[in-house]
Amino acid sequence: MAGAFWVLVEDDRQGAPKKVMAEAIGEAARLSGGNVEAVWVTDKATDAGLAQLGEWGATKVWLLENAAFAPYRGEVWVPAVAELVAKESPKAVFAPVTSRQREFMARLAAKLGTGLCADAVGFQMDGDTLIGTRPVYAGKLLSRVTWARTPWMATLRPNVFRPAEAQAGKTAQVEKPSLTAAGEKLEFVERREEAATGLPELTEAETVISGGRGMKGPENYVILEDMGKVIGAAVGASRAAVDAGWRPHRFQIGQTGRTISPKLYLGFGVSGAIQHLAGMRTSKVIVAVNKDPEAPIFKIADYGIVGDLFEVVPALTQEFKKLLEK
Amino acid sequence: MKILVAIKQVPDTATQVKVAGDAKSIETAGITWIVSPYDEFAVEEALRIKEKRGQGEVVAVTLGPERAKEALRSCLAMGADRAIHVNDPAFNDADTLTTAQALAAVITQEQPALVLVGRQAIDDDMGAVGAQVAEILGWPCAYWIMEEAIDADAKRVKAARQVEGGLEVFDIPLPAVLAAQKGLNEPRYPTLKGIMGAKKKEIKDVKAGDLGITPAPQLRVVGYEALPPRPPGRIIDGDVATAVKELVRALREDAKAI
Repeated sequence: MAGAFWVLVEDDRQGAPKKVMAEAIGEAARLSGGNVEAVWVTDKATDAGLAQLGEWGATKVWLLENAAFAPYRGEVWVPAVAELVAKESPKAVFAPVTSRQREFMARLAAKLGTGLCADAVGFQMDGDTLIGTRPVYAGKLLSRVTWARTPWMATLRPNVFRPAEAQAGKTAQVEKPSLTAAGEKLEFVERREEAATGLPELTEAETVISGGRGMKGPENYVILEDMGKVIGAAVGASRAAVDAGWRPHRFQIGQTGRTISPKLYLGFGVSGAIQHLAGMRTSKVIVAVNKDPEAPIFKIADYGIVGDLFEVVPALTQEFKKLLEK
Repeated sequence: MKILVAIKQVPDTATQVKVAGDAKSIETAGITWIVSPYDEFAVEEALRIKEKRGQGEVVAVTLGPERAKEALRSCLAMGADRAIHVNDPAFNDADTLTTAQALAAVITQEQPALVLVGRQAIDDDMGAVGAQVAEILGWPCAYWIMEEAIDADAKRVKAARQVEGGLEVFDIPLPAVLAAQKGLNEPRYPTLKGIMGAKKKEIKDVKAGDLGITPAPQLRVVGYEALPPRPPGRIIDGDVATAVKELVRALREDAKAI
């Protein structure tokens, strides 16, 4: 309905919305007094997924389901959603930050001629206008932005916003609008899967373990992965470790890697160069273990241990195991 | 084959950035300026395409104040053939959409077969301009590119984009916009000869009027502020066994993080 806050659904490609959607829906509900509708562009939705969106608080799901919507292609998605925006006049369009939403939301904003606040970490209503807050300059500053017109468009950094609590029995009305299908230009060739780590995805993980130059070599990351399995954490690396060839680039945390904002960040042998801090300084709790008491990461750490990570990591893994097996 | 690379001049990562007195801009005195690192991947890729094909032209473009010429000069020193500088105070408050409109107008005049950009500039980290250029032009676009290969007659490009959990490979008709991700290549350093040669290469100044654009930004910066300070941290002393026990206790009981 006109004036609603829309939230684009990010799914697991198997028909289930990702849990980051609870955060996006929760924040949109807070700002709009509950006037939240989900827009799900997919080749495959499931009843369980639709029910989940309703329980999180979406009053309606606009379901755009078509084989042509996977994999994501801007030239197919943008005209469909833009047509729906023109018909329904939402007040805001939000999406979680993911690789494809970043491109899609930028293109949709261009198509609609409105502003985009990418990677937002906060919002507030100022009378009738929305103010978005986002980190800039390697996270050294926060920028507050506002829009010249609606819809207000923004992508939301994962793990920052308070997730909506699922309310059993709440359901969303499902609408399947008929829209003009656009032809594709990108011809899909193949998808190359990464070797599965069995650990959560870096940008979405609630707990992230990071290994830096102090890891001394690629063979030692196994001790971090062991800890990751115990506490359900993703394992990342600093640029120094990636540039040394110890870890593939997709695991890099920092300015030229992934930006993360977990509830708990544990850095081992990470010095805390500015470009690394740019990618993790909005983490809620930061733990640093480093031999060098002068390492800059101790300046932003909530808890620090000055010591040899090769002694601390196995001991810490054992201690976590004891705690979680209780 | 003509390739256009859109770049941005940004503060060096290690530079201190402070809010200016008006709270709506940053203090520019003392800042070291560089070409945004992702844009260097884009320039490098353009040069490699040209070298591989044995012919072609690489044009570097930027939008920014007078100082941004230095960034264009760096691209020319790397090997770009000429540069275009959208240099007009009318763009001082440009948002991503205004910037994209200006670049799209330059592209329409230049008619390149390929546009390369960095996946985002490391000052405002929007990551939107390349995608918006594609949308305005109606060109296909692929973001976070890890590899690309252009066919012999420069009609199509095969590109692999990084997504969560893997790579997606597409075969894309040209002209197209590709946004470079780290890992695409290793950018070269300019040679002394390149730096000397860059001084003789053309940098053309372009105004909003030349592009037929009246800037109308849609996103406005209300103000900048410093990060809220983090609460003081705590170094946990003692031997490894004691320190680790105390850390786990603190994470569970005080921070409620595990």
